[in-house]
Amino acid sequence: MTPREAILGKIRSQISVGSDDTNRRAAVANRLSNAPRGVIPERGQVTLAKCVDLFCKKAEAVQATVDRVSTYDAVADAVSSYLRGRNLPQSVRMGEENRLETVDWSKTPNLTRSFGPSDGSDPVGLSHAEKAVAETGTLIMTSGSANPTTVNFLPETHIVVVHSQDISGDYETSLNQIRKQYGKGRMPRTVNMITGPSRSADIEQKLLLGAHGPRSLHIIVVDD
Amino acid sequence: MNQPKVGLFVTCLVDLFRPNVGFSAVDLLEHAGCEVFVPPAQTCCGQPAYNSGDRADTRAIAEQVITAFEKFDFVVAPSGSCAAMLKKHYPELFQGDADWQERVKVFSDKVFELVSFLTDVMFVQDLDVKFEGSVTYHDSCSGLRELGISHQPRKLLAMGKGVELREMKEPDVCCGFGGTFCVKYSDISNSIVEKKTANIETTEAELLLAGDLGCLMNMAGKLSREGKTIKARHIAEVLAGRLDGPAIGEAK
Amino acid sequence: MKITTPEFKSNAVEALANPNLQKAMGHVQVGFIEKRQTAANGLPEFEALRDNARDIKNHTLAHLDLYLEAYSEKVEQSGGHVHWAQTAEDARNTVLDICRKANAKTVTKGKSMISEEIGINDFLEENGIAPIETDLGEYIIQLRGEAPSHIIAPAVHVLKEQVEADFRAEHTHLDANRNLEEPETLLDEARTVLRQKFIDADVGITGANFLIAETGTSVIVTNEGNGDLTQTLPRVHIVLASIEKITPTLEDVSQILRVLARSATGQELSVYTTFSTGPRRETDVDGPDEYHVILLDNGRTNMIGTEFQEMLRCIRCGACMNHCPVYHAVGGHAYGWVYPGPMGAVLTPSLEGIEKGGNLPNASTFCGRCESVCPMHIPLPKMMRHWREREFERNLNPAAQRWGLKIWAWIARHPGLYSIGARVAAKGIATLAGKNGRLSSLPLAGGWTKYRDLPAPEGQTFQQLWRARGGR
Repeated sequence: MTPREAILGKIRSQISVGSDDTNRRAAVANRLSNAPRGVIPERGQVTLAKCVDLFCKKAEAVQATVDRVSTYDAVADAVSSYLRGRNLPQSVRMGEENRLETVDWSKTPNLTRSFGPSDGSDPVGLSHAEKAVAETGTLIMTSGSANPTTVNFLPETHIVVVHSQDISGDYETSLNQIRKQYGKGRMPRTVNMITGPSRSADIEQKLLLGAHGPRSLHIIVVDD
Repeated sequence: MNQPKVGLFVTCLVDLFRPNVGFSAVDLLEHAGCEVFVPPAQTCCGQPAYNSGDRADTRAIAEQVITAFEKFDFVVAPSGSCAAMLKKHYPELFQGDADWQERVKVFSDKVFELVSFLTDVMFVQDLDVKFEGSVTYHDSCSGLRELGISHQPRKLLAMGKGVELREMKEPDVCCGFGGTFCVKYSDISNSIVEKKTANIETTEAELLLAGDLGCLMNMAGKLSREGKTIKARHIAEVLAGRLDGPAIGEAK
Repeated sequence: MKITTPEFKSNAVEALANPNLQKAMGHVQVGFIEKRQTAANGLPEFEALRDNARDIKNHTLAHLDLYLEAYSEKVEQSGGHVHWAQTAEDARNTVLDICRKANAKTVTKGKSMISEEIGINDFLEENGIAPIETDLGEYIIQLRGEAPSHIIAPAVHVLKEQVEADFRAEHTHLDANRNLEEPETLLDEARTVLRQKFIDADVGITGANFLIAETGTSVIVTNEGNGDLTQTLPRVHIVLASIEKITPTLEDVSQILRVLARSATGQELSVYTTFSTGPRRETDVDGPDEYHVILLDNGRTNMIGTEFQEMLRCIRCGACMNHCPVYHAVGGHAYGWVYPGPMGAVLTPSLEGIEKGGNLPNASTFCGRCESVCPMHIPLPKMMRHWREREFERNLNPAAQRWGLKIWAWIARHPGLYSIGARVAAKGIATLAGKNGRLSSLPLAGGWTKYRDLPAPEGQTFQQLWRARGGR
């Protein structure tokens, strides 16, 4: 008997599954295909405009900073002025992201962009979120050449652009959108839900930002 | 409603250590319009056996309690812990026993802790609480978490014009009694009750109140060992105005 | 790891006499409790979510075999490997096997209680592979050669001065005169030291908060980002997870996530919730080449179908220990194995046997605060009582205690006799106390009077006085 058979067999005997487990199989198939949503907090069940406001408020409550711009073209200046305000170098690491490619970067000639995954030497990372969730100010990032996962974690400062249309009220809605995008039962290799900058309270319960991931998380919401 | 017949489940600790609590309970129940009976065939609710894993003896004791009390309209105990045993845990003991299950359910539905019985069942609105001075109230765990007793004692105390309630820090945290726990794990119990008496002392109240004699004996015994002056009484004694005798553990 | 649970009592006495520990435990009592309450109050649906979270896990456990099958099929479909481990030893050997095939010299680790349960660090070291804990708290206790004392705050028993001393002893390549007084500087130092280790590691091992049957995904929930660096940078990612981590769908995980962080740290959501599915794909530019999941049983299947099944709903938030007066008093190490506090008091005898774990379900006042805050509504006191019942059935408790109980119970079943006994005791103890109203010592009551006085009885029983008054 393989370990797999042993474990599954033991479970079946402990639950006293008889020879016919048609009903149990149907219950499992049913839940996996219907995926009931459960209890959804009211707070996110509002108009898109209010959802975006809630997202910004919640992100700020967990020590992220938020900027709102009205076009993708304005992103270049928003990135550049954020870096200037923080005395950071005008240089970002990023993936090959279609939406960020539409930005007119020529307006910020001092800002250099390099592409690909991060090896830990980049002070600033720039990403585009796939989705975002208003109820807790959470960004949802998906892996791939457009948004390498290492860019989310290695740079000390992480700037994330999100489109306001991609913000929903609750996790279930956002994850279901990803499910539809990738096909039922499939997921991107990595999905990162990010809620504020990295932190630790492991020394005497004192909350400190920037444990291993970014110390600063700056979000640019594009409302076009 | 006709005058309800109440069987008083005295509890073993009140019977042995502090009859004054029993008489206070009788006064309060009678004042609320009840006719009070005290069946002689009562000893203990069975918790020491139940919490030691001895289900057979617990069940035998439970049968005895149910038989002695099921004829009354209500069964009332001046203890959240014993009332919770009768109300919440007895049904569990008889689960799956067709002969007893329904009988136990009928019994358990009639069981109440004294203070919450006065407020939630008898709807006592006026109580002439004679005590004048400051008190602090400890929420005993079983009453609080198994029976939801928290606002009821405070509500009754507030009926006393001269009662000043000074809440302690963490009134809802265990005092470390825990029945046999306090002797089996006396070092840990001591550490827990030390934190409790420190919180009690900070209030500078004159009197510590609670609804369970076990917790009270633990806290009063610790306060007295630490040489603290605050006195301890069961809340029923204050509500009934039976304050002539010494407080719990106080010299005569 | 070596289990010292049978010595719980002496462990506890030692812990109570340890001033550093007592000071550190003060931080637990304040921080976690208020934050959890604020977070719970801030979400009107919190109670409804708790109920649903319980129902989701109950459903999953009732169909665990089928969900495990569905999950493992999805992992294989996404290019990952599933390894089934019946025992801790099986799991250790599987990890070693994967590490050897990868020619691993160093292994970074995200925080994982399962890795503690199977004792992987010692085992890897014995086999010439260096495990490096990367969670700040885990890193601190690894330097100290200790086990975690809390399931989500492993170094909660350590003071910052102790961390400073540990860092100075370990990081000898750094300037000896550097300032390390503040937690900030300690954190920075750990970040710098560990950064290179993340990059150099050949294998990364993480735990999992959830395994999603629908998609074959493992989920970790962290705040530091160390778990993500652990599972993204090395060539090989190993997920160590026990079988009850299975959760059916993305929606079900979302539901439980809402109660997890709120109950644990009082956050609405932890900073990083990461879903990993298989190894990196052609479209990926980073991530591991190999993805392995080790599904551990180690005694859990024995709990299914028994009165302890509900314990398998546990999501390891730590709320029970954060609210436990016994845990506050003695800290986590006194419990003597991997899992402390109320959840440990149920889990330790379940996984390691009641013979070794018997102290833990007994060392509870049954105050019920753990159950009242458990996001999964696990009836912890009830299950501790069930362990006491098993112990009693098997005559495992001390003979004196059993006989004392039996005699008391026999008398309690004979009200006439009981009433005589009560009268004698009431009179006798009252007489001994005299006018003092209390006793500072009494034969056979040493457990009580060691630390507190015994308030004296009034002298006559209530029943006596009631009958004398003509009461019915």
